[in-house]
Amino acid sequence: MREPTASTEAAPWSPPQTGAPATRLPGKPLLERALPFVGPVFLFVIWDLVVRLGFIKPILLPSPSDTVMALVQGLAGGPLLKDFLVTVWRTVQAFLIAALVGVPLGVVLGSAEKAYRSVEFLIDFFRSTPSSALIPLFLMIFGVSDVNKVAIAAFGALLIVVFNSAYGVMNARKQRVMAAKVMGANRWQVFKDVLIWESLQSSFVGLRSAVSMALVIVIVAEMFIGADSGLGNRIINSQQVMNVKDMYAAILAAGVLGYALNILFLITERKIVHWSGR
Amino acid sequence: MSAVLNARMVADVPVAPFVSGPAGTQITIRGLTKYFAGWPLYENFDLDIPKHKIVSVFGPNGCGKSTLINMIAGLVPIDAGEILFDGKSLKETKIGYVFQNYREALFPWMRTIDNIAYPLKLEGKSKAQVDRRMAELVASFDVKFDLNRYPYELSGGQQQTASIMRSLAPNPEVLFLDEPFSALDFEMTLFIREKLQEVFMKTGTTMVLVSHDLEEAVYLADQVLLLTKRPTKVAEILTYSDPRPRTVATLSEPSFIAAKKRSLEIFQREVRR
Repeated sequence: MREPTASTEAAPWSPPQTGAPATRLPGKPLLERALPFVGPVFLFVIWDLVVRLGFIKPILLPSPSDTVMALVQGLAGGPLLKDFLVTVWRTVQAFLIAALVGVPLGVVLGSAEKAYRSVEFLIDFFRSTPSSALIPLFLMIFGVSDVNKVAIAAFGALLIVVFNSAYGVMNARKQRVMAAKVMGANRWQVFKDVLIWESLQSSFVGLRSAVSMALVIVIVAEMFIGADSGLGNRIINSQQVMNVKDMYAAILAAGVLGYALNILFLITERKIVHWSGR
Repeated sequence: MSAVLNARMVADVPVAPFVSGPAGTQITIRGLTKYFAGWPLYENFDLDIPKHKIVSVFGPNGCGKSTLINMIAGLVPIDAGEILFDGKSLKETKIGYVFQNYREALFPWMRTIDNIAYPLKLEGKSKAQVDRRMAELVASFDVKFDLNRYPYELSGGQQQTASIMRSLAPNPEVLFLDEPFSALDFEMTLFIREKLQEVFMKTGTTMVLVSHDLEEAVYLADQVLLLTKRPTKVAEILTYSDPRPRTVATLSEPSFIAAKKRSLEIFQREVRR
């Protein structure tokens, strides 16, 4: 306990603020709120300049405004929307399978530590194996089908969920478990009233990574496992015919999807695991 | 095969007869043995904890004050010995326990009120019974903060008050308190100390308090249990019988000062030994 205190006391001395912070205060929030837009605007400008000044041929890189137009038009009822929705649906299916199997399995494995130790190597091994490397294997099992794409994505996502949920339980605050036991809770009550809740924070980390993983694998599978729909399919098809505007629009759509899913999970997590970090 | 052999070996060892404590004993500890990393922490430790009394446990660092109450409360397994509550086993006894670290004792996913009601729900009490008991507790603790908030929205002192209410909710026979004040500021310490004394005067619940603050240990206690260095034995049991309610004035009474001085002497003797 004493060591960290000593080290914080020994933190490097920082010079006192110069100037008059009081006069700067009113302007600060606005500037701070604008900060997140600096990066995107900067990228947009560079992109536009590069195309305008002819550093990259328009056949390889369309102008950003053209691309965004293609994206907006495509998503507003164009063919891009259909592919977008197909990818969303596949990702959601894969994610749901991973979550519905993975969280209970992880929590059970985590509360029986011996059981987890006996399968730990398998989980760690396949978690470390790039799921895309397993695509041919899944092709043999499921054939060239929609099921295949969902199955491989679900598999990749599942391991992440299991791992995080199991560790969430294993790292549960021992004192809360003791508190429940001393109040007379039996094993089942400790499990449902304490362990599951304690594991939620870690489970959410797992679910959030899992949905990203599912999206990655779905897109890859759509590119290479004879799909006729989906964002991955659209990206590779428009690249084949050098329809770059469409390709970039589809790439951006995939980015929008990934980002939106991430934000959605962060918000849900904050709602459900409201005690996190407090 | 081996099971049969083991059974014979055990049969050859003479079993020490269980000697019950004097009348009015709540907790009887006999032959308690606990090893830590191969070294004895407690060896053949006997103790009687009286009923309807507050016992403060005080002793040198590392002598296992908290371990002692954790073993009695069943949180830490014992290597040998027997602990009985009024002749009953721990399973048949209702106990309450207050942790030093309230932050990790309350459940942050439940509202404070549900935390306090949790042990009652475990007992399968009906909603009406739970509500009645909660109203009683709120009245007796004179709660001024919003129990519908989550624990992390409360101050440290409020959280510890909630933990104590939770531990008292099922009307336990014995209440264990493991340094309940050491994470609190002085104002809150005083407040909770008074509340505990009030509850004790009202209900007579047997309390076992581990403390590292001698003044606080003596102030609340009917008996101060002073322990030796490990392997831990009872150095002395000091009786302090000033009438309750004890107040700030008690702190300057000659009897209080004498009890504190005597405790300190025993403590220092044991530390130097």
